[in-house]
Amino acid sequence: MARMVDERCCDRCWHGPSRPCPDRIACLVDGPVCHASDACRQAAAERAARLRRQAVARPAILVGTGTCGLAAGAGRVLAALRRHLAGRNAEADVVEVGCIGLCTAEPIVDIQLPGRTRLSCGPVAEDKAAALADAVLAGRAPPENILGQHRPAGAQQVWAGVPWLDEHPFFAPQTRRVLANCGVIDPSSMDEYLVRGGYRAFAGALRSRTPAEVCEMVEESGLRGRGGGGFPTGLKWKGALGAPAEQKYLVCNADEGDPGAFMDRALIEGDPHRVLEGMAVAAYAIGATKAYVYIRAEYPLAVRRLAGAVHQAEAAGLLGTNVLDSGFNLQVAIKKGAGAFVCGEETALIASVEGRRGMPRPRPPFPAVRGLFERPTVINSVETLANVPEIIARGPEWFAAVGTAASKGTKVFALSGNVARTGLVEVAMGTTIRRIVFDVGGGIAGGKGCKAVHIGGPSGGCIPAEHIDVRVDYESLKTVGAAMGSGGLVVMDEDTCMVDVARFFMDFIQRESCGKCIPCREGTRRMLEILQRITRGRRGESGLEALQRFQGVMYLARLAEVIKDTSLCGLGQAAPNPVLSTLRHFRPEYEAHIYERRCPAGVCRELLSYRIDADKCNGCTVCASKCPAGAIMGARESPHYVVPDKCVGCGACKEACRFEAVVVE
Amino acid sequence: MITIDANGRPINARPGEMLLDALRRAGLSVPTLCHVEGLPPSGACRMCVVEVEGQRALVPSCALPVSEGMKVRTHSPRALRARKTIVELLLANHPDDCLYCVRSGACRLQDLAEELGVRQRRYGGARTASKVDTSSPSIIRDPDKCILCGKCVRVCEEVQGVSAIDFHGRGSRTRVSTAFDEGLNVSSCINCGQCILACPTGALREQSHVKEVLAALDDPKKFVVVQHAPAVSVTLAEEFGLKPGTDIAGQMTAVLRGLGFQRVFDASLAADLTVMEEASELVDRLRSGGRLPMMTSCSPGWIKLVEQAYPDFIENLSTCKSPQQMLGALVKSYFAERQSLDPAQIFSVSVAPCTAKKFEAERPEMARGGAADVDAVLTTRELAQIIRMRGLDVGALAPGPADSPLGERSTAGKLFGASGGAAEAVLRTLHFMLTGKELEQPRMPALRGPKGLKETRVRIGDLDLGVAVASGLASARRLLEDIREGRRRDLQFIEVMTCPGGCVAGGGQPLGAGPEAVEARMQALYRIDRDERVRTAHGNESVGRLYREYLGRPLSNRSRKLLHTRYARRDVVL
Repeated sequence: MARMVDERCCDRCWHGPSRPCPDRIACLVDGPVCHASDACRQAAAERAARLRRQAVARPAILVGTGTCGLAAGAGRVLAALRRHLAGRNAEADVVEVGCIGLCTAEPIVDIQLPGRTRLSCGPVAEDKAAALADAVLAGRAPPENILGQHRPAGAQQVWAGVPWLDEHPFFAPQTRRVLANCGVIDPSSMDEYLVRGGYRAFAGALRSRTPAEVCEMVEESGLRGRGGGGFPTGLKWKGALGAPAEQKYLVCNADEGDPGAFMDRALIEGDPHRVLEGMAVAAYAIGATKAYVYIRAEYPLAVRRLAGAVHQAEAAGLLGTNVLDSGFNLQVAIKKGAGAFVCGEETALIASVEGRRGMPRPRPPFPAVRGLFERPTVINSVETLANVPEIIARGPEWFAAVGTAASKGTKVFALSGNVARTGLVEVAMGTTIRRIVFDVGGGIAGGKGCKAVHIGGPSGGCIPAEHIDVRVDYESLKTVGAAMGSGGLVVMDEDTCMVDVARFFMDFIQRESCGKCIPCREGTRRMLEILQRITRGRRGESGLEALQRFQGVMYLARLAEVIKDTSLCGLGQAAPNPVLSTLRHFRPEYEAHIYERRCPAGVCRELLSYRIDADKCNGCTVCASKCPAGAIMGARESPHYVVPDKCVGCGACKEACRFEAVVVE
Repeated sequence: MITIDANGRPINARPGEMLLDALRRAGLSVPTLCHVEGLPPSGACRMCVVEVEGQRALVPSCALPVSEGMKVRTHSPRALRARKTIVELLLANHPDDCLYCVRSGACRLQDLAEELGVRQRRYGGARTASKVDTSSPSIIRDPDKCILCGKCVRVCEEVQGVSAIDFHGRGSRTRVSTAFDEGLNVSSCINCGQCILACPTGALREQSHVKEVLAALDDPKKFVVVQHAPAVSVTLAEEFGLKPGTDIAGQMTAVLRGLGFQRVFDASLAADLTVMEEASELVDRLRSGGRLPMMTSCSPGWIKLVEQAYPDFIENLSTCKSPQQMLGALVKSYFAERQSLDPAQIFSVSVAPCTAKKFEAERPEMARGGAADVDAVLTTRELAQIIRMRGLDVGALAPGPADSPLGERSTAGKLFGASGGAAEAVLRTLHFMLTGKELEQPRMPALRGPKGLKETRVRIGDLDLGVAVASGLASARRLLEDIREGRRRDLQFIEVMTCPGGCVAGGGQPLGAGPEAVEARMQALYRIDRDERVRTAHGNESVGRLYREYLGRPLSNRSRKLLHTRYARRDVVL
């Protein structure tokens, strides 16, 4: 399909990428500015309506093929649909879109008929896709798995009896700004981004605002860094704008490394141009002519989509030299990282972009003074930058209308764990965790009770169920010993062992420490070992090991304190958080592990004890034959029993018993 | 000057300097493990953390610029507990073999454990276990003792421009390693041993030749001779508690005799020979249009760097062997003939300030008839160890008479021990060779001192000679890059010493020497040059006699055979 930027409305149009013009965007989307022609204007309006899918000429089938969708089988669904349509010679476009956020309903298939509203269905199995397409193309609403229909745009006919998608319990409590286009538009099409208002902010800033004014607007909006630190973005930009240097850099930090976090990936996969536009505005505001996206190589699809977007923007004259005839130059380069957690830290990221080993260095000097290649550098996260275009386009007041006194706007979370509906969520700042977990997420999966919510990745902390009414903003979260972090939100049900959770995160951190500073490198390893010791069984434990176990417990808090107090970078300073925050809220659970040698949640396998209920056991000997340790005794057809000293706690007997006679305690 | 408050006491600080420097100047000793003077702060070890008012966490003083009115507490209970915990964490991952460790008594970790009162193993657990790398002829790496302070990595990269070692792996699996974890012998390591000087623990040490030397001394069938390099007599004293820059050439000769060496040669005499050969070679290149600038070849680390990284400059290298190898060759030829000794009977030992000399002595070009010219090389430190082992008291020995089987040295040869000294010595003789007259001012201040790159221009007759002196290979590399890019066509003669400051700061020298100690060692050599009479190689009667009796003249066939060598491109694992 021909791209908008390559077309000319008529012979009078003199536009082209080689002829930069400040009116380029308006001209493309709304019709010619340089000459008056109703015909041209009409043609542009029709094209825009088509690209906005208000007035499609052919049916369109849109499949969510973000990484999450692909993992759920969207690739096979897509192939099945294409095969089916090709075989039937049916007149329909098949379009790949990003992730709309409702991961539990993947693969999601949207179908839009000419003159009708867009229908969303999911999950759609590979073998059901063809039938679904046939039904909808024949004008029948699909029988099952309907998520809802989009609101009508223009003169679209509404599907009777189908609920609105935005009233779906997952979407209703959300405020979708950054994610507005995700899963809706074709991310490989710059045209679709343009007709939804894309690049207007950038063009407007270039045309009528000074860099200082742009910084001022962002500061006024109250936007704070979404990477976790929460530093006011406008202030950061002003600092860099004021730094005298002939070369400055902007870096987009897309090195998303928290376990359970996938906001950046989904955003870049679903709406890459929004991030790119944010970068362009930021670069203009600080006076940078070169920008980097530091993105992990484990995100191949995001890298591909972003590279495509950069290429399109260059071809359209939105990147490069003399952008839109403003005299502003900007080059954007994508730098792939090897997936080290620490490279999300600013100074380590800089080292990595420079081609060195990703290790942090002491600050000061701060990157805004001496950063990439020793030049002033601003590093912003993907979500921060994605917020920027609309702040410029709609004004700081519009942005600040949502949120709390000190935390404005929205926050995107990756909701995962033991929750009914997982996915990508965008809520207004100040929304309670309860609302996210129970309304958006639909509560705990399997009807169990909620025990805690872990927020902010390894550097964050646990919020116990009793604090679940805490509001999501930078300050409130701190009062319960947690932190905003980049947006990972892991819900844990009552079967979760908090000592085990702490152990998981400590293991992650001690692997991902860069190894440079001693407290983080050596200390996290010892903390992990202490946790491992208290979750390990007593069987075969020597006196010395028991002594070490208690010694470790005694020094755990002191060790955590020193690591926090002396580590070089944020990773190390926050490294003890998983232990400190679980210890704060779940101390009795630690004590049960340490003093009673038992895991109340029944997770730490070596601490479980097995016994056979003599009333239920009929002496079939199956358990004894399955036991790898020879720990089950008993004569045939008489009740068996477990010899505790021999039992290794593997659970094979429980799995083998058909009479539910094996009791775990 | 600004004022800061340290532990309630006002102290002066220079704007822009780091807190650590201000504290140390004021006599407040804050310990460090990763700090390298003169390099940007790394902030890795966290030993220097202090409490700064208004800061949430403890702050590393090595990386915190001072500011007016800053209030710090350097030894608060919080800071002390943090330091102690850090040492305890290091010890938790450290072999308990201090008594067997080469660094016992000279180990920063040991010192700190003692200073901070570590009396129990507070944190137990798994230790990192790696293999000892003994592949290199010069340096042994024992990664188990490594505390990952990174000083060796930074010195190798930033001071020497070699980068033979770097961090490898992540988290608690981080190690210092060579490229692809291959042996140091096939890496780009140039054997300079600066990493050993930087290492706070016993993770790096020289490949010891002590055992071989002691065995030879005890073997009645061996005729054991020793040569000592110009920079050894001014540093050995430090091993025995004397202050840096004390010259004990006389006592050293007596001690070496006392140890049982049958002849004690001064390698400075061979340095005089090097001057004669090198000056003649330069004259030859200047007259016949040979490859210029000519570069000195007495530093074996530098030679290896050129062979592996700058093969296009091999032709610029002087073909002269280093003084050690010239003397080694003469001992097993001329000296053996005169003493009617079978060269195979001679065990030739060299005492050098250098670990790369061990590598040089093993080069195949440095052997004739299958036997190496120099059989063992001891560093200054190893010699001191043997002296202590044999119970000799350096201070109590009367200076022995200079033992000079091949004759006396001039001070020109002695100057080889300091960066710029070789160039100065060659220029003195070059002037005489070209004009028949002595230089009016033999001392060349522009080429003296510890700076990494020094330059001067010398008028010799109608010749205007551009001379550069580089020490520390990072400086040398910058110079070579400039020459390669054609930016330095004004240079004809370049002296390069591998170690920053020259052999006085060599990788085999006594540990713990700061910049002042290196300066003092240099000054000791300059004093010798100032105070003695024979200050040129060509004016040295012993050199004249050697040429008359045996070598003929500089660049004669016999000279070329014994005193010159060749170089070749060398592949290393990068």
